[in-house]
Amino acid sequence: MLVSVRRTWRGQVLSSFVQPVLILLGMGLTVGGFVDRGGALGVPYLDYIAPGLLASTVAQIAVAESMWPVMGAFMWNRAYHGMIASPLRPVDILRGQSAYMLLRTALPAASFLLVMTAFGAVHSAWGIAVLPVGALLTGSLSGVILAYTASITSDNMFALLFRFLVIPMTLFAGVFFPVAALPLAVRWAAYVSPLWHAVELCRFATLGQPSALPVAAHVGYLLVWAVAGYELARRRFIKRLGD
Amino acid sequence: MVTTYVATRVARSAQRAGPVARTAAVTGRNLVAIRHSAYWLVVVSGFFEPVLYLFSIGIGVGGLIPSFTLPDGTVLSYREFVAPGMLAVSAMQGALAEVAFNFFGRLKWIKLYDAMVATPLRPFEVAVGELGWALIRGSVYSVAFLALMVALGLTTVAWAVPALFAALLTGLAFGGAGMAFSTLMRSWQDFDYLSTAMFAMFFFAGTFAPVESFPPALRVVVEWAPLTQAVELIRGLTTGRPEWSMVVNVAYLGAMAAVGLFFASRRMQKLLCP
Repeated sequence: MLVSVRRTWRGQVLSSFVQPVLILLGMGLTVGGFVDRGGALGVPYLDYIAPGLLASTVAQIAVAESMWPVMGAFMWNRAYHGMIASPLRPVDILRGQSAYMLLRTALPAASFLLVMTAFGAVHSAWGIAVLPVGALLTGSLSGVILAYTASITSDNMFALLFRFLVIPMTLFAGVFFPVAALPLAVRWAAYVSPLWHAVELCRFATLGQPSALPVAAHVGYLLVWAVAGYELARRRFIKRLGD
Repeated sequence: MVTTYVATRVARSAQRAGPVARTAAVTGRNLVAIRHSAYWLVVVSGFFEPVLYLFSIGIGVGGLIPSFTLPDGTVLSYREFVAPGMLAVSAMQGALAEVAFNFFGRLKWIKLYDAMVATPLRPFEVAVGELGWALIRGSVYSVAFLALMVALGLTTVAWAVPALFAALLTGLAFGGAGMAFSTLMRSWQDFDYLSTAMFAMFFFAGTFAPVESFPPALRVVVEWAPLTQAVELIRGLTTGRPEWSMVVNVAYLGAMAAVGLFFASRRMQKLLCP
């Protein structure tokens, strides 16, 4: 995995670091000027969206990395088939892939945290806790998606899943505005999504504002997704790669 | 196989027809293609992204902005401000999805246009025909989006009609320029430049905040970005506030369409009939 990243890292830096920073500064400084005049949030708008953007960036990377590259390793360049011909077991491949995923999201998260600190958006030393939260979020999303990718043979649905699940999740799970403003049905969809829980935790870490539920509840919910997702993915990988 | 089928279809209608019908045959090819694959699902889903942004940023974040006063003193609701921006984005994305990404696939990978120019079709007619298809796709998005805006009370029916023409002009401008761009592309990786430009314009071209709120150095760039021109034109119409500066917007977009199309068809001539 890491070897092949050496060839494509420019595009990755662009989409996983430059774009979120641009959104942060663009929205935070321009739209934020109007929001702050109203003073509805109690903190500057830039500081409010920063932890949310960090979580939503991690979520997008985790989902995307569990889709196309993994599909490619199953079907297009068949890297997994090469691996399975060695003494590696399917579960080793899954673990390796998951470890790569954690690394792949940790780097942009850490760099984003540095940018946030530079702009004074981190109000508490607990800010560093966004990194384990990011890892937890990565696990909670990538397990399920890996299981899905391992069970299909065409990438047609990926673009649609992104458009109809991932993008709405990043737009409505409390990143840009509090979910309390949403109609009830949509609000519950936000509560179900792992992203909302991660956003709450990240905001708690960087701003010190209490989260909607006790921290343990948010963490527990994400853990359930991660463990269940991993178990599903394990079964699917064994089915796909075992003979 | 599909390509062969389409090529014979194009050829048949081209034999008995003048340039207009030949161009229409190219546009019609896509209507055939859309019936045959998951393509239509992708086309339909493309409509939703700007709509979701309207609800999230326009209405959701708008809820945090009690009063939104533009630098010239006019007071709008934030959602009225964002909606025309998203309409312009929708027109831009609808056009670019066709003339950039799909067009490139047809030009370089499935070699559709090589088949087409083997018929009496000329490269210029292929270019115009594809642009026509991009406009059809864009106008479906724009009509649906304007209907939504009227339903949400963000514009009136009377202003929606000129706004539709402005959105079509936007599609034409991005269609022409995007097509010219994709004739120059070497591989899919080069589209990163286009995606980055689209991304930057989506967030900064006066869509979510007025251009006046940018620092002076950036402001010049923002003001002359193609999407900003389209946003200002459409915003002037949907909010019922026409201004003389909109003539400049129209001229800018018109020139972009004409130059783009001219350049694209010359490049097509070179690539297809060397």
